[in-house]
Amino acid sequence: MDLALFGELIINGALVGLMYALAALGIVLVYRTSGLANLAQGAIAMLGGYLGWITIAWLGLHPILGALVAMVVMFAIGLGIERTTLRPLIGQPVIMIIMVTIGLEILMRGLVPGLLGSGVKRLDLGISDAPLFLGDMLINRTYLVSAGIALIIILATLALFNSRIGIMLRAVSDDQTASWSVGIRVEWAIAFAWGLAAVTGTAAGILWGGSQGVDWTLSLLLIKALAIAILGGLDSIVGVVVAGLIVGVAEAIASGLFDPLVGGGTRDIVACVIILATLLVKPEGLFGREHIERV
Amino acid sequence: MFYRQAGIRYTSYPAERQLWPLGIERVLMGLILALALIAPALLSPLLLSSYLLPWVIWSIAALGLNLLMGGAGQIHLGYAAVMAIGAYSATHAARAGLPFELSLLVAGLASAVIGVIFGAAALRIRGLYLAIATLAMQYIVDFAIGHIPAISGGTQATVATPTPRILGIPVEGPVGGYYIALVVCIVVTLFMLNLRRTSFGRALAAIREKDYAAEILGISAFRYKLMAFWTSSFIGGVAGAILVFCYYRSVSPEQFHLETSVQLVAMVIVGGLGSVLGTFLGAALILLAPLALSALVASLASSGLPIGSDLRAHLPLVLYGALIVGFLIAEPLGLAKLYDNARKYLLVWPFRHARS
Repeated sequence: MDLALFGELIINGALVGLMYALAALGIVLVYRTSGLANLAQGAIAMLGGYLGWITIAWLGLHPILGALVAMVVMFAIGLGIERTTLRPLIGQPVIMIIMVTIGLEILMRGLVPGLLGSGVKRLDLGISDAPLFLGDMLINRTYLVSAGIALIIILATLALFNSRIGIMLRAVSDDQTASWSVGIRVEWAIAFAWGLAAVTGTAAGILWGGSQGVDWTLSLLLIKALAIAILGGLDSIVGVVVAGLIVGVAEAIASGLFDPLVGGGTRDIVACVIILATLLVKPEGLFGREHIERV
Repeated sequence: MFYRQAGIRYTSYPAERQLWPLGIERVLMGLILALALIAPALLSPLLLSSYLLPWVIWSIAALGLNLLMGGAGQIHLGYAAVMAIGAYSATHAARAGLPFELSLLVAGLASAVIGVIFGAAALRIRGLYLAIATLAMQYIVDFAIGHIPAISGGTQATVATPTPRILGIPVEGPVGGYYIALVVCIVVTLFMLNLRRTSFGRALAAIREKDYAAEILGISAFRYKLMAFWTSSFIGGVAGAILVFCYYRSVSPEQFHLETSVQLVAMVIVGGLGSVLGTFLGAALILLAPLALSALVASLASSGLPIGSDLRAHLPLVLYGALIVGFLIAEPLGLAKLYDNARKYLLVWPFRHARS
């Protein structure tokens, strides 16, 4: 394979990886704050994509304004999800929480395309389709802009974690009872994390929908987001960026190298292989805290 | 009322440990068994082959999953992949000329071996990590089956299953398939009912409650978790083989996608974790509810309500999701708990303030 094609795969893969990382951020935020699994992130991203389609394509708002409106709405939906389904299950075994988020994922995956139509919807974010050339390499402009936006959002989240609210969230993630006793409203912090997760999911859904179109397949971001969250370590925001780049590049290279050999579809399997490999070799991930209980 | 405890006195340990201590429950079980045996004579072929037969088969699979989720407390989101391994290995074994009985065994063993390999990778971690690892297993097995022509017969291919032969006698038609499934179902049910009375079942329960504590009591958590994965995958493999031999009569990758795994998990959750009766009820509800709901929606749509075809196509997913979320929030122990409540009420009826 010639070098230009290889470089093209790597760069575009890295850009796509940053978009995946945005979806993974929601899983990490929730896990970091509450220690809860968020397996509904794929459907949240899908719902966000649909909301973006409603505000931008349907209501005709400017893409940035429309995305912001969708994010605000999704923040409220995130709070609502926490309040109605997660809070009643406080104190239940972890298997119940995993199951309820999967239930939510399935519910939304059925309800949203069912109500809004399951055909692929075009979402025009106002980014021109004209390719960029870097030497011989062809770079997808949509991916470049989206990855930039994704990186900004991730960095903003990182900054948020160093602010007053972020310190509160970190305290809650360290020890809920201790945070409670110093006057931090733990329920509020966890709800805020869910709202934030919904916002980042929405951003991922809109950006990904802008390049792929909006339909239920947006919820397949879940498996890639999970791979990134696991590889980066479930509680590290820096890990999300690095792991996002790794997963994106690995996917691009694998589909470039192996797709002609096995007849397509390797892209989807890379995330799964990365999950299993991480769990076998270094279950706490690249940047995660080593607190996994091995039995 | 009919659930009378009065006059039941145990004079020996076996009597005290029997599966159904109440007379009414033994009578009920006998009735159900008799009804199941003469069902082909009572029901029309359509009812038998499109409702009863899938119910029996999916109950087998859900029982296997319940062993893992309810018995050992390990989550498995790739159970359809386990069934797929069983279905494909049984089909290929039978097509290669192996007798049907041995093919079932091959199916169970193949599923158990591959299930344990994935399980061993995942079993040192738990909770969320295990859930994600089994989800990855689902995708990887899907991919492997779809992309290896030797297994699937090429992409988008369907492999027909040979007619099952019991002791060399071909068993044809839905009635024969029903009896095969029923026999396997009875065996698995008895196994699950007796499991909690064995040291294996008690070890699993100890691990489910707290694996540290179990380890301190001298139960090797790793070993017993592997055994749970092995047993559960074996049952799953046999269920997958029965499913394709007796119900679908052909095997293709679409039969075992993630949706099927989700459906199985929904059966276990809705029915009740760790309950055998609940598993049957859950399987019935998950299989029948979408049919009933789409019939309802169809009648509503024909009476003029604007219900789009998109919504109708997605109704089963909505229903599974709503059932899982609703049951987990409102009644985490599922339908089995509802039955248990009714039973407890009837035990002391009409003195409802008495404690049973």
